[in-house]
Amino acid sequence: MDVLVILIPVSLFLGAVGLGGFFWLLKRGQFDDPEGDANRILNGDYDDKPKR
Amino acid sequence: MLSLPGIHCAACISTVENALAKAPGVHEARVNLTLKRALVEAGPEVTAEDLVKVVEAVGYEAHELDPGVLATTAADRAAKDLLMRLAVAGFAMMNVMLLSVAVWSGAEGVTRDMMHWISAAIVLPAIVFTGKPFYINAWSALRHGRLNMDVPITLAIWLAVGTSLYETIHSGEHAYFDAAIALTFFLLAGRYLDYRTRASARSAAQELAAMEVPRALRLTGDGSPESVGVADLVVGDRVLVRPGGRVPVDGTVLEGTSEIDRALMTGESLPAFAGPGTAVSAGEVNLTGPLTVEVTAAGEDTALHRIADLVAIAESGRNNYTSLADKAAKLYAPGVHILSALAAIGWYLHTYDLRLSLNIAAAVLIITCPCALGLAVPAVTTAASGRLFRKGMLIKDGTAMERLAEVDTVVFDKTGTLTMGAPHPVGLEDLAEDAQGVALSLATVSSHPLAEALTGALRDLGRLPAPLTDLREVPGYGVEGRWNGQPVRLGRASWMGAEAPALTATFLQIGDQPPQAIPFTDTMRPGAAEAVAGLMASGLRVILISGDTKGAVDRFAAEIGIDEVMAEALPDQKAARVTDLAGEGAHVLMIGDGLNDTAALSAAHVSISPASALDAARVASDMVLLGNDLAPIADAFKTAVKARARIRENFTIATVYNIVAVPFAIAGLATPLVAALAMSSSSITVSLNALRLR
Repeated sequence: MDVLVILIPVSLFLGAVGLGGFFWLLKRGQFDDPEGDANRILNGDYDDKPKR
Repeated sequence: MLSLPGIHCAACISTVENALAKAPGVHEARVNLTLKRALVEAGPEVTAEDLVKVVEAVGYEAHELDPGVLATTAADRAAKDLLMRLAVAGFAMMNVMLLSVAVWSGAEGVTRDMMHWISAAIVLPAIVFTGKPFYINAWSALRHGRLNMDVPITLAIWLAVGTSLYETIHSGEHAYFDAAIALTFFLLAGRYLDYRTRASARSAAQELAAMEVPRALRLTGDGSPESVGVADLVVGDRVLVRPGGRVPVDGTVLEGTSEIDRALMTGESLPAFAGPGTAVSAGEVNLTGPLTVEVTAAGEDTALHRIADLVAIAESGRNNYTSLADKAAKLYAPGVHILSALAAIGWYLHTYDLRLSLNIAAAVLIITCPCALGLAVPAVTTAASGRLFRKGMLIKDGTAMERLAEVDTVVFDKTGTLTMGAPHPVGLEDLAEDAQGVALSLATVSSHPLAEALTGALRDLGRLPAPLTDLREVPGYGVEGRWNGQPVRLGRASWMGAEAPALTATFLQIGDQPPQAIPFTDTMRPGAAEAVAGLMASGLRVILISGDTKGAVDRFAAEIGIDEVMAEALPDQKAARVTDLAGEGAHVLMIGDGLNDTAALSAAHVSISPASALDAARVASDMVLLGNDLAPIADAFKTAVKARARIRENFTIATVYNIVAVPFAIAGLATPLVAALAMSSSSITVSLNALRLR
């Protein structure tokens, strides 16, 4: 049962990382235009000034 | 910010973005395809009007979006907020469920206590945060002395958390942390789905106001025009309306002759003659010649504004609709409270153990959890609107589907709805080939819709324009010229002394010969006949109401097979007819596209407009057809009926679960494991049942 002392915090931590990632995506606006993003990948234009 | 209703593909995005980026003064432009909008960052010298022109130059329809749209961004934020709470609840639920598995599989003593404590540590902050929408709703309902679905939810959540905490402190056997957070999660999921279907609905009256022409050309004392805001015009001012421009005010024509397109205001398919003394109203389009108009009403007194008011009144009437979910909540909320209170009192009288009886009360509240009920409606609505979206129909209002299922009477508008609103000449073969050539040359001169249709049709027949001289457009009447030394004319019947027929027609006169009529029909919209036939086959009463002339409407009704007809209806008469039908107990589905239909669209039980409809009409209706085809309407009705059946089934499923599980809870047999199983399985069954619609 000692292993629980490690495993429970680890599982909680991993879950929290996922949650944090989701918040970050939400805040960055990655769900704002799902259809547009799906179509943008088909865009044939060459990007002269890619974002660094 | 610009609205771009026409964009749909990857190429559209890059065309529009590149065009906007090249416009002077623009720093950045980004298209949002999901919302069909473009967000432009530009210097202060750039006006939205310039940008609209830029986008239109590359072939896309664009409109300026005013700050009224800010309301939508607020709705977006609310949806994002719900999504965030849903994520937190999901995270907490998964972890607590994992910990609970240990307890269910027989952890005892210290281990069980530890699991309970960790669960409590996760659930307490999570539940305070995630349940906030329910608490706020429940509190506002209680404050007004009412019960809604959120009251038992809040009570169940906090009673469960409270007793579980008490049990945990006293090393008790059962803790319902998992049930409490799972309940919140499922309910939030339902709430979020509900929100998304509703997000696209906006206030119709707002956009109608934005439609009004903001500027007008006022004639100063010396006769030169100056551009002024419509709000600055007063009665008695004279304004100039150029050909192709929209009339900014209600007024009387002083000088000039022209033809005006009243289709948006009245539904008349044929442009009307306008000369000195003719009354014109705001929103009509001036077609051929410049007009000087004396203002008789401006701003809030115009006919256009009165229609906007009609819409606002009609909308407030419809908000009284109670959805199936609300009806269920009204039965459900008091029932649950009474049941759980009775269970608690019964156990207390039986055992005199307060702790046990509170535990039972919490278990009853959780087992009767409305999460299946909370999912029952939104899951079905989401599935059904997804299905209809693929068929080319957009649902804008959350309860529209339910209302559509109740419909027993369908009212169609004619011009622009059942027809394309574009005239098409018939019987051209009756004209001599020479005459056809003459007609073509004459028609090419004018930008009148009938002339343009005639040009197109004659070109399609392969005719070449006859050589004419002295070509001249006579605004309000037609076009004249000379051919082989004799005068030729194309235009109104009255211009050539012919009798005006009942149907839409233009006349051609060559020399001294009697004028010949070229009749036009309005092309029927694809799928219109199928839609009407389908709706009739479903046993619905179909009525045609149009602002067009009696002859044209009757002929069209006979062609498409509608028996009940009302012609020459004014906008308020349309709305009144719809209200009358509702008064007779009918549930009316209104399908229309023009400004003259907006009031009727809002007054109807549920309404649909085609994509080509005016913005205001689209906003006023509950559903919008995405393509030109009307056929999805009959299908939508069937889907709606099916969706309502699914919702009823879902309620039945949820109730059956409750009936089976409640005796367990009252008997004190509802362990956390039973609660979790009952809750998840009922929610999943309900969602799966909804998915059968797809």
